[in-house]
Amino acid sequence: MSEREASSEARRAAAMERRPSGALLDISATLTILERYPEQDPGELVNILHDLQAEFRYLPEAALRETAAYLGLPRAQVYGVATFYHGFHIEPRGEHTCTVCMGTACHVRGAPRLLEQVERDTGVAAGATAADLSLNVEEVSCVGACAIGPLVILDGDTHGHMTPDNLSRLVTKLLEKEGPE
Amino acid sequence: MTARLADPGALARHREALAAVRSSERSVVAVCVGTGCRANGAIDVYQALRAEVEAHGGARDVESRATGCQGFCQGGPLLLLFPEGIVYQHVRVKDVPEIVEKTVLGGELVERLLYVDPPTDLQCRREEEIPFYRHQQRTLLRDNGLLDPNSIDDYIALGGYSALAKSLDMGSDAVLEEVKRSGLRGRGGAGFPTGRKWEACRKAEGELKYVVCNADEGDPGAFMDDALLEGNPHSVLEGMIIGAFAMGAREGHVYVRQEYPVAVERITHAIEEARALGLLGEAILGSELSFDLRVSRGGGAFVCGEASAMMASLEGRRGVPRRRLIHLSDKGLWGRPTNLNNVETWANVPHIALKGADWYRSVGTEGSAGTKIFSLVGKVNNTGLVEVPMGTTLRDIVFGAGGGVPGGKAFKAVQTGGPSGGCLPADKLDVPVDFDTLVAEGSMMGSGGMIVMDEDTCMVDVAKYFLRFLASESCGNCTSCRDGLAILHDLLGDITEGRGTRTTIALVEELADTVEATSLCALGTSAVNPVLSTLRYFREEYLAHVDDKRCPAAVCKALITFGIDAERCNGCTLCALRCPQHAITGEKKQLHAIDQELCIKCGICKDVCNRDAVLVH
Repeated sequence: MSEREASSEARRAAAMERRPSGALLDISATLTILERYPEQDPGELVNILHDLQAEFRYLPEAALRETAAYLGLPRAQVYGVATFYHGFHIEPRGEHTCTVCMGTACHVRGAPRLLEQVERDTGVAAGATAADLSLNVEEVSCVGACAIGPLVILDGDTHGHMTPDNLSRLVTKLLEKEGPE
Repeated sequence: MTARLADPGALARHREALAAVRSSERSVVAVCVGTGCRANGAIDVYQALRAEVEAHGGARDVESRATGCQGFCQGGPLLLLFPEGIVYQHVRVKDVPEIVEKTVLGGELVERLLYVDPPTDLQCRREEEIPFYRHQQRTLLRDNGLLDPNSIDDYIALGGYSALAKSLDMGSDAVLEEVKRSGLRGRGGAGFPTGRKWEACRKAEGELKYVVCNADEGDPGAFMDDALLEGNPHSVLEGMIIGAFAMGAREGHVYVRQEYPVAVERITHAIEEARALGLLGEAILGSELSFDLRVSRGGGAFVCGEASAMMASLEGRRGVPRRRLIHLSDKGLWGRPTNLNNVETWANVPHIALKGADWYRSVGTEGSAGTKIFSLVGKVNNTGLVEVPMGTTLRDIVFGAGGGVPGGKAFKAVQTGGPSGGCLPADKLDVPVDFDTLVAEGSMMGSGGMIVMDEDTCMVDVAKYFLRFLASESCGNCTSCRDGLAILHDLLGDITEGRGTRTTIALVEELADTVEATSLCALGTSAVNPVLSTLRYFREEYLAHVDDKRCPAAVCKALITFGIDAERCNGCTLCALRCPQHAITGEKKQLHAIDQELCIKCGICKDVCNRDAVLVH
């Protein structure tokens, strides 16, 4: 087993224990969200998944099953959509998120060095979540703030004109803080 | 709350009533809270401003307003003062009391916040004095700095929805004819004549027809659609309502990229406001037109910007493109006639309806009428949104509005057209920017991203960057795109990591041709443009990588080494302290050295050195 596979295994094991306490709680919140779409229109699937993810930070399997039943869609279609789009996560997410903008403008101003730095510092690869669910490292392809690039977004706060050295310090500080809820 | 506007007369009376209240004596302080300024702390500035105005006796004579993107992101956070038209740049919270005290109440300038034109050293007070704005002709973006995007009254006061009233009066045939005659071409990238698209949808058979707004602006480095949706959402709505009238559509969708949550909020709010005034819904302005809209969020898939993939996404399916033997105008969303236009295209429509096709054709070139918004980013002094007539040269945009390349570096290339576009070198700077010329030169208009690159940008690395992006965004349907792009990326990896030979380049060219010829949708067929255009114009840079194992721009890590200049190093120890690998040694005030075995080429030493003593070969 490679190192990356091993860490993904560990992540999965850790995630299982930390899943929100039982399916009951999930389902009740899911139903409230589904009721926002009384027409039960399958065309709203992507919108519904966004709402669910805003609630749970990821898409729990139980919620996907409920959604499929509610919209009268095959589960495979709901799962297919949830895994097709980069915006959705079907595994639990970490407490903090470090997003590095990899847009073209940020790229030519050194964004790849930022991503390498945070990967090196935290051991979390781009697109992955730390085994202890403390941090997600993400890439985004342009947030339209090219003037202050290269930039990173730490728990929703944008930091422009970033250098690898400064990013190291900011990420260390971020991990010391309580997560946003 | 204003009641439903029963007819065009009621709209006109409402506008007059607004004008009476908004006497020209009132001063307005407009803080730009577009994406760039927001990321730069503009919300805090706006809140401080509101509190400060409040503290000086309320908002009766002074109105603080949060506006959409004013375009000059480089100067952000920006602040505009009306009626004088004064522009302040880089405004911080601590500057706010002084601005209110001195400028708003005292009529005096805060000089340190004015823009100073670097070559002439002249202070610029107003927008039209700043070269960035002076080189533009802003039609679509003009109102962004003037209105609160959350206020339909602001839009109406500036003449908003009068194009709709005029259209209803003209009749749908005449509106369609006007749009056809205007020469408007799709701003999403393909440049298809909008009027012809509309006509096909209008002629298609079917009770229920849809109009859709493509706001899935996925090109990295492009944010003009976001600026329009966030900054002037009603201009897009009005265009869509006019389109629905011309085509006989009853329902519409705005498909917004999920990375633009503020745009989603604004357009949703705008739709609610328009509905409340009877500008959406049944019998709009008392006419026979009934039309309503809803907002759909994307899921973060670049391919959904492709028309048929977007329809799939709107139907709650994976965004996989289909073969387009049957046009969307016949069988689009849910198998019904559908018209899809980009945000900027829709925003052009009210101007055409109001001022006429002849006026529209008078701007731009013969084949490409009107203005185009570009997002000018990368290695350029004035980053921001630039709106110019079609046919303006790249030089005017990059060196006129953009103010050239920073730090005295040499211009190398400008990349247009997003991931499907190409890189044009310095000797193409005098090329006029329009749909057809750019294609002839091996690039394309795309949605309007314009990324400037300087001598420190490696063109092989740039081509590899776009391939990485597109390989990860391929929907996976066609083998040539799914696997071909991944292999192309690996081959460029060989070149940038010193394993490439001339055979690698030949293989890249051959495979690129195959991907282009055998992919179904435009993502695949145009994915190879960045590679082919860099090979066309920057072949010697590829050759340096394969023949000499050298990266001329000193970007590709495998081909560079870091060293310290003995002349410049003063032994300050800063680099040694910061090196994450502890690869730098040296006594205080003595020359330092880098251990090449330990060095991971992260470049931190170069960043922190105050004396420019870290050399990269």
